[in-house]
Amino acid sequence: MNTVPQFDSLKFGEAALKLRSLRHELLSSNLVNADTPNYKARDIDFQSVLMQRLSGQASTNSVSLQRTHQGHIQMTSSVQSPQQMFRVGVQPSLDGNTVDPDIERGNFVKNAFFTEAAISFLGSSFRSRLSAITGQPS
Amino acid sequence: MSLMGTFDVGTTGLVAQSLRLNLIASNVANAESAVSADGQAYRSRHVVLQSETRAGRVGQGVKVARIVESNAEPRMEYRPGHPLADSRGYVTMSNVNPAEQMVDMVSASRAYQFNIEMMNTTKQLMLKTLDLGK
Repeated sequence: MNTVPQFDSLKFGEAALKLRSLRHELLSSNLVNADTPNYKARDIDFQSVLMQRLSGQASTNSVSLQRTHQGHIQMTSSVQSPQQMFRVGVQPSLDGNTVDPDIERGNFVKNAFFTEAAISFLGSSFRSRLSAITGQPS
Repeated sequence: MSLMGTFDVGTTGLVAQSLRLNLIASNVANAESAVSADGQAYRSRHVVLQSETRAGRVGQGVKVARIVESNAEPRMEYRPGHPLADSRGYVTMSNVNPAEQMVDMVSASRAYQFNIEMMNTTKQLMLKTLDLGK
């Protein structure tokens, strides 16, 4: 029985890399706002969002506006950002900030590592395709 | 590209934290000032940080919303010979709390370091991406 879904390696690499860099930005904004009062740390559920993107499902956060008058401008929902969730704070702080710099840093480093992994996987699938085209071992 | 956005986010952090460090330097320098330029006793200054949403981006930067002056009571020092002493011999000093400033300074410099580190990591990732397929 095959439980691991099979995807094209280029498609997978692209989706993973895009999502990793998006999460990179999200985690960096958590770190930058570590001292901002009332800021809530946010993150995405990487695994489920990646599966959604690979299986071609629409973005969970797409916004559409209903037109109630003919003069209204048609808005296309081009929002492609995945659903963001708030992290549950470990140690509540008095100013309402839920960023724990240690947790964020750990996640940030881990995410950077996996980004590098995604880059090297994508690179190696490029190389193997190239060697199939040219007939030369890479 | 999201990695580019991280640089923008990091830059807002650097700007905000360096302004915060600047104010701390001003507070520490004026801890022993009796009167500031406007003729009043110096009041310690603090930044109010606020997150800053950017259109179409997931990452939020940070900005200094405003600078507030502390309304703590100024320190009164008994110095009868001082030219600025009042009729009872007390001089109004600044309301800077040095311990508070030290704590704030450590927090600001740590945050600044985090930002630099974050941008360095991002730079390495981008360079790796440029080498993709080689």
